[in-house]
Amino acid sequence: MQSEQKPLLSVRNLKTYFFQDEGTVKAVDGATFDVYPGKTLGIVGESGCGKSVTAQSILRIVDQPGRIVDGEIVLRGADGNDVELTRLHPDSREMRDIRGTEIGLVFQEPMTSFSPVHTVGNQIVEAIRLHCGVNEREARIKAVETLRQVGIPKPERRIDEYAFELSGGLRQRAMIAVALSCNPRLLIADEPTTALDVTTQAQILDLLRQLQEQRGMAIMLITHNLGVIAEMADDVVVMYLGRVVEQGPVDAIFHSPQHPYTRALLRSIPSIESTPRVELPTISGSIPHPYNRPSGCPFYPRCPEFIPGTCDQAEPALRAVSEQQSVSCFLYQSQVSQGQGTKPSEGMA
Amino acid sequence: MIAYIIRRLILAILTIWAITVLSFVIIQLPPGDYVTSYIASMSASGIGVTEAEAQALRIQYGLDQPIYVQYLKWMGMIAQGRFGMAIEWGRPVMDVIGDRLTLTIVISVAAIVFTWALALPIGIYSAVRRYSIGDYIATLIGFIGLAIPGFMLALIVMYVGFKYFNASIGGLFSAEMADAPWNWAKFVDLLKHLPVVAIVLGIGGTAQMIRIMRSNLLDELRKPYVMTARARGLSEARVIMKYPVRVALNPFISTLGYLFPYVVSGSIIVSMVLSLPTVGPLLLKALIAQDLFLAGTIVLMLGVMTVVGTFISDLLLMWIDPRIRFEKQ
Ligand SMILES: Nc1ncnc2c1ncn2[C@@H]1O[C@H](COP(=O)(O)OP(=O)(O)O)[C@@H](O)[C@H]1O
Ligand SMILES: [Mg+2]
Repeated sequence: MQSEQKPLLSVRNLKTYFFQDEGTVKAVDGATFDVYPGKTLGIVGESGCGKSVTAQSILRIVDQPGRIVDGEIVLRGADGNDVELTRLHPDSREMRDIRGTEIGLVFQEPMTSFSPVHTVGNQIVEAIRLHCGVNEREARIKAVETLRQVGIPKPERRIDEYAFELSGGLRQRAMIAVALSCNPRLLIADEPTTALDVTTQAQILDLLRQLQEQRGMAIMLITHNLGVIAEMADDVVVMYLGRVVEQGPVDAIFHSPQHPYTRALLRSIPSIESTPRVELPTISGSIPHPYNRPSGCPFYPRCPEFIPGTCDQAEPALRAVSEQQSVSCFLYQSQVSQGQGTKPSEGMA
Repeated sequence: MIAYIIRRLILAILTIWAITVLSFVIIQLPPGDYVTSYIASMSASGIGVTEAEAQALRIQYGLDQPIYVQYLKWMGMIAQGRFGMAIEWGRPVMDVIGDRLTLTIVISVAAIVFTWALALPIGIYSAVRRYSIGDYIATLIGFIGLAIPGFMLALIVMYVGFKYFNASIGGLFSAEMADAPWNWAKFVDLLKHLPVVAIVLGIGGTAQMIRIMRSNLLDELRKPYVMTARARGLSEARVIMKYPVRVALNPFISTLGYLFPYVVSGSIIVSMVLSLPTVGPLLLKALIAQDLFLAGTIVLMLGVMTVVGTFISDLLLMWIDPRIRFEKQ
């Protein structure tokens, strides 16, 4: 499937660091993945592993003192031309147009994602006017239409309300409407359901699926919830400490996980078969402090299959283990390829 | 919302009433009365005042009556729009205050406008370019401004003006204009004198405002709505000005009411140094002389202005911040 189509977005060896007085936080440290048109890519990993910063890097809205220090982000334009996003100035016209019209963003917290002193409509109309070159009246009509599409009842009235007047679910729908108002080809949803209750969560996921069918857009769904991934994703990227440790189609990830971290993650979620009242296995150890990442494979201090002298010496590279699945782990790299692993990172920042 | 406004209005009236009581009590607090301090200043200049004369004075000004009677009389006069005699000056209070109140308002507004015009842009710059060289310079200059007392700055400005520009800085009017009736030329003359006065009065507050604006804005810049605004493709300048700056301004609006009395009372010494015809020095003199009607009227007017200012800033805040509007429904 994937090989037939060119990816819509290719991220290659992306590194985004935060330079602070206390040290450098390597929030994203060599992430590589592709997003295909019309498909959902799930990005999963523990909190703090750099998922949000990856999304912000793609949109070029990383906060100070963060900076993309290396890597490529290639967006295939609708006209077939490639744009390398890391080469654009974040505040350039071209980058801003991409933000509005090619890539939309939905955040975890729908309440704080809206301005507290502007109406929902104000913020949608603003985006439409900026990118679609229409007048205020037309923009408003389009905004009402978009609000209707995301399932907001009485949109012509809701459009003049403030975010704090809406319920959590409606608020997130409104946020999706803002992101979709200019018909982006890629929607990045960063923990879109984490702040919502379970019922609302299911409704929002349904909505995303339905919108994807109608519009044929790609979705990059960021979550720490494997259940959401299982339900939504076509392909999965597993991140650990700013790096992609495993990626592949959702079935492969769930049924034949290869990386010890992926296996540990999967063991830690409850399933129908698991014995009641038996404590779920957790991943041993804790995530290293971001200033203090281990050299070699970032997971080795917590890894049950740690190979001394190898895993703590060199960084494994992402290698294909089957046609569609890749893993970054020395367990799957022959002795020969071991030497080709990336050099150990230069000390600890 | 209407109910809320009416409640605020009633509260404002009650506050003004409380201010009349308080100002009356405070002015009465020091031992003695106007006649005592009159006798003291007379005997200081070698003129004796007999007991009979003193008693006559007391009766003339009603100072022999119990305090609550004096208060009620005063209130009765104010209700009729009469403010009594400024005893020390021998003229009606309103005559003595004259233009001073208007000029005080003009100067205060000028100082506040100067403060905001300088502090808000610098504060925004400092927050957006946090830890840049510009931010450090602004912080340094701000602290210097904060550390120099206003009267000192006034003296320096006067000295420099006199020594190097041969200009006498001080006052609000040129000598030949001071007593002229109001006309266009006098107004222009006032405008010429205003900037220096506004700068001297405003500089200390400016430093403070820069810090407040900077930290307010830094708080807002971290909020997700700023990032989603960027994600919509707005230009950075538009993102900053439309969203976080707008929210960060709210606290400024809410302190609008207090600014005026703050500037008046904070500027008494500067006003004396620069010999400004404002109510500040007048109030000080009236308090020293225990000139009940003059001091009482000035304190009352400042109080009323504070209450009115606060009321207006409440309304403004309701107008610009929907969260407050909804809370008060
Ligand atoms: N503005 C920032 N300044 C400094 N460090 C940051 C900033 N944003 C994120 N980080 C750091 O980057 C790392 C990755 O964060 P993030 O991408 O938000 O994780 P998550 O996977 O939970 O979304 C974390 O260690 C976080 O502390
Ligand atoms: Mg996150």
